[in-house]
Amino acid sequence: MELFANLLGKIEALSSQNVLILSSLIMALIMALVMAACAIVFTWMERKVAAFLQSRYGPMRVGHWHGVAQPVADMLKILQKEDIIPAEADRTLFTLAPVVIFIGSLLAWAAIPFAPGFIASDLDLGLLYIFAVSSLAVIGILMAGWASNNKWSLYGAARGAAQMVSYEIPLALSTVPVVLYTASLNMNDIVIAQQGGVANWFLFRDPFLFVAFVVYFICSIAEVNRGPFDMPETESELVAGYHTEYTGMRWAFFFLSEYANLFLVSCIATAVFLGGWWAPIPGLPLAPALNFIVKSVLLVFLHMWVRWTLPRLRVDQLMYLCWKVMIPIALICVIGSGIWLMVSGQAS
Amino acid sequence: MSFKGLPEGVGDRTQSFRDAGYFWEILRGLGITMKHLVRNLRHTDEMPTMQYPEEKRVYSERFRGRHRLTQREDGSVRCVACQMCSTVCPADCIEIEAAEHPDPSIEKYPESFTIDLLRCVYCGLCEEACPCDAIRMDTGIYEIAADSREKFVVDKDFLLNNDTDGTL
Repeated sequence: MELFANLLGKIEALSSQNVLILSSLIMALIMALVMAACAIVFTWMERKVAAFLQSRYGPMRVGHWHGVAQPVADMLKILQKEDIIPAEADRTLFTLAPVVIFIGSLLAWAAIPFAPGFIASDLDLGLLYIFAVSSLAVIGILMAGWASNNKWSLYGAARGAAQMVSYEIPLALSTVPVVLYTASLNMNDIVIAQQGGVANWFLFRDPFLFVAFVVYFICSIAEVNRGPFDMPETESELVAGYHTEYTGMRWAFFFLSEYANLFLVSCIATAVFLGGWWAPIPGLPLAPALNFIVKSVLLVFLHMWVRWTLPRLRVDQLMYLCWKVMIPIALICVIGSGIWLMVSGQAS
Repeated sequence: MSFKGLPEGVGDRTQSFRDAGYFWEILRGLGITMKHLVRNLRHTDEMPTMQYPEEKRVYSERFRGRHRLTQREDGSVRCVACQMCSTVCPADCIEIEAAEHPDPSIEKYPESFTIDLLRCVYCGLCEEACPCDAIRMDTGIYEIAADSREKFVVDKDFLLNNDTDGTL
């Protein structure tokens, strides 16, 4: 945001307040575009990755090379779809739910540092803010499930809410060791603390941080409701879970948010554990934003790889994994990292 | 875990520590799918998927495709309207109307010969029943498409014309 604020500040006709509003609007627009780009790129990527993992081709027709224009065709199709609201549905909640979910994922982008200075809002509590607003999705899911007046939707929503509320705890806990190192929740500070090559990334600073990253990754899969933790959707038992009754553009909003959230959790992992915009080898002439995006996309690929490899867990296994495995491990990581810091004397 | 009250034998199988966390097995599974991915990226052409309309599977010569009616050397239909095929047909899809043939050495010829391709089960019994080798299923055509049910009922002229594609 500073970038645009500086540029706009040069125009004398604008008051400082207008500069602030305008630069915020530009940044919000960029983030909304990033979300749309996520959905476009990752739907194609997901299909191709899934296909090649299963020895298929995936989309091959639209666009000249390997169905690259498939997302465009999909979008045109969705736009033409009839918008159905079930007669017995709660109309207000039903129409509001996709918007709430979308806003939840859009808000979180505000504190993602893509490159030095390129951050929508340089919050001091950035990390906390991201986890706080991304929990908004739970409300959206519950609203969608309740308003649909459909048992599948309701079951999906209940499961989704239980899952996301539970997994938020180890997800946030697994980033605490990093906060111990930086003594700051500011996303910029966290990335800047990882300056220098791979060895300075928090992933490899101490063994506990590595474990914390594994915990973060597993929990982030559950947080974005993807396989093998796609409890809220489980097409074999709940049809499509909380968005069973949604059609057309409203459904597309859920879809958009899913892929945006996928990229979001990958971006957080990149910023917190994988050195953010720093190149793997110091001095490598790569654009900071490029570093950041390549790392995040690789993490997204990892998500897809896991999804198309592992079978779905049962609900009770999912909860067992969260409360009895992930949370204790995350807590041990926090304590372990703290001791490691004390002993090695790296405390800042 | 307690197995009290469960049938005998349940819980006998013990897991090793290595297996209990599923961790190594998950990594092994990921390795397998990655192996597939890399192989498929390197040898994309060798994937079993076929790009259907462009690439078509080669079937054996004995493949039973759409029927055709064979012709004599003078181009007239070989069928003598003996009704053997329509009698043996388990789907009852062949309809023949016989008429007297002008040549006294040939008793009858089919005035009309229709096959309902939607009813046909492609069993090949008509071919085997035919005493004159008049009906054959050796066209190799298996993509049969039309936009109405009526068009699937094909007549003698259509069946005599061997070089059409699947569109009716």
